[in-house]
Amino acid sequence: MSMIKTKKLTFEYIHRDEEGNVEGITTAVNEVDLDIKEGDFIAILGHNGSGKSTLAKHMNAILTPSEGAIYVAGMDTRDDDHIWDIRKNAGMVFQNPDNQIIGQVVEEDVGFGPENMGVPTKEIWQRVEESLKAVGMYAYRKHSPNKLSGGQKQRVSIAGVLAMHPKCIVLDEPTAMLDPQGRKEVIRAVRALNEVENITIILITHYMEEVVYADKVFVMDKGSIKMEGTPREIFSRVDELQSMRLTVPQVTLLAEECRKMGMPFSKGILTTKEFMEELKCLLS
Amino acid sequence: MSIILNHVNCIYEEGTTMEVAALKDVNLKLEDGQFIGLIGHTGSGKSTLVQHLNGLMKPTGGEIYFNGEDIHDADFDKKKLRSQVGLVFQYPEHQLFETDVFSDVCFGPKNLGLSKKEVELRAYEALKMVGLPDEFFYQSPFDLSGGQKRRVAIAGVLAMKPQVLILDEPTAGLDPKGREEILNMIQDLHNQMKCTIILVSHSMDDVADYAERIIVMNHGQVFLDGTPREVFSHRKELEEIGLAVPTVTDIMHRVKELGYPVDENITTLPEAADALVGLYQARS
Repeated sequence: MSMIKTKKLTFEYIHRDEEGNVEGITTAVNEVDLDIKEGDFIAILGHNGSGKSTLAKHMNAILTPSEGAIYVAGMDTRDDDHIWDIRKNAGMVFQNPDNQIIGQVVEEDVGFGPENMGVPTKEIWQRVEESLKAVGMYAYRKHSPNKLSGGQKQRVSIAGVLAMHPKCIVLDEPTAMLDPQGRKEVIRAVRALNEVENITIILITHYMEEVVYADKVFVMDKGSIKMEGTPREIFSRVDELQSMRLTVPQVTLLAEECRKMGMPFSKGILTTKEFMEELKCLLS
Repeated sequence: MSIILNHVNCIYEEGTTMEVAALKDVNLKLEDGQFIGLIGHTGSGKSTLVQHLNGLMKPTGGEIYFNGEDIHDADFDKKKLRSQVGLVFQYPEHQLFETDVFSDVCFGPKNLGLSKKEVELRAYEALKMVGLPDEFFYQSPFDLSGGQKRRVAIAGVLAMKPQVLILDEPTAGLDPKGREEILNMIQDLHNQMKCTIILVSHSMDDVADYAERIIVMNHGQVFLDGTPREVFSHRKELEEIGLAVPTVTDIMHRVKELGYPVDENITTLPEAADALVGLYQARS
């Protein structure tokens, strides 16, 4: 089943002067056609200003299209009657963990979402427990979020979304403000949700290493989808990515560099493990 | 001309049950004109350390000398210190506030009490140094892209003509190309102005490519201090404290472990490619 489907989705930011006259229009998303299936792990890449975040904000109806349409679990986001169902189905996690945590205690923060949905108290506690366990933060349930590391806070944010039992989680650069350890924790938690709970994941990131586990990668530039494919297909097109202000993981780049110098590595090597295996074959 | 830290301690909430030592007996000599990478995971004391360098924080024990003078002496001019040791915080673009780019950059030097002409001259030079095209000078800083805003914020510090420039994760949240541009700009500043650079970073790959000296912090102490080659030769120790060596160094270590005669302490991609291709050619 289709989780998120867009039809020629277009979004324009309209700049107005003080009197309200239109000064200019920026097309942030331009006729995007996407079809994300339930249970997929999707990554969206693109440089700053390529339209990734604008697209993401359509996925739980924070923004609605200027033209075209987007359907979340079959519901049109322009239909106000569906807005709460849409937000229940598609949760969102943002870049800065400090902007998303409101509770004084971890477990209260996680319970905030389901509480607002009118879930009975007993069930709220069950959901809080499950969600915190799913992201590996159950041991911290009585802690103050202020004292957690960035990666831990971000996992609490994810648990908060999870407690609303969404079918899909959209993560907009969830690791941009974290250190390598925190990034690893978050990505591991996200992968587990996808693999174990079968939750659809849409991960927006600038870190190429984080997308190698995705089923499918979309690359955005100037509001449109310019490339789409598996990580291996995408990362074998080094020059194209670089022309769009992106890069490939360091191992991929090293293999590419060796290839240019006459050492026949195959295209689109993604991990150190793959690199070492090929190297062993090449050297023996 | 240098910054010397002599047995510097910093204890938060000293004498209470909440007591935490953020810096423990730190001894460092930061020579003039060095390009230093400062790394360590979240909570290792990096930010506390850099805030001591321009007197924003006072050590609870030990002394800090700037060009031979104790910066916490009663007759030491702290204002001058702050113009000479420029600190660019994380996400510095959040500190932009003026109506246009040029006025924003003027703010720092204006507060130094310089003449209007000198202020404007410095602002112009600083904006040129960060490579911002002229047509943006009189635009609102809020209409610029993420990378451009960051350049403006860095220009604001450069306009103070610091001898030492400290940048706390200047590439966080930027796309790969934006990261490279900012790092190249910092290197140009280092080469042209001969100022000392202290780059706080989470990216081992970046630090390996740009810094000539690396200081690794762990639990408030200096854990390692040396050239990138020296520091990254401690692969095991770095992994134990939750850090990693650059991707290419990791690969070279693995190749060495397979029994091939390579230099395992290579830290940059071109060197690694050369070494691997060399191995391949020697085989055939």
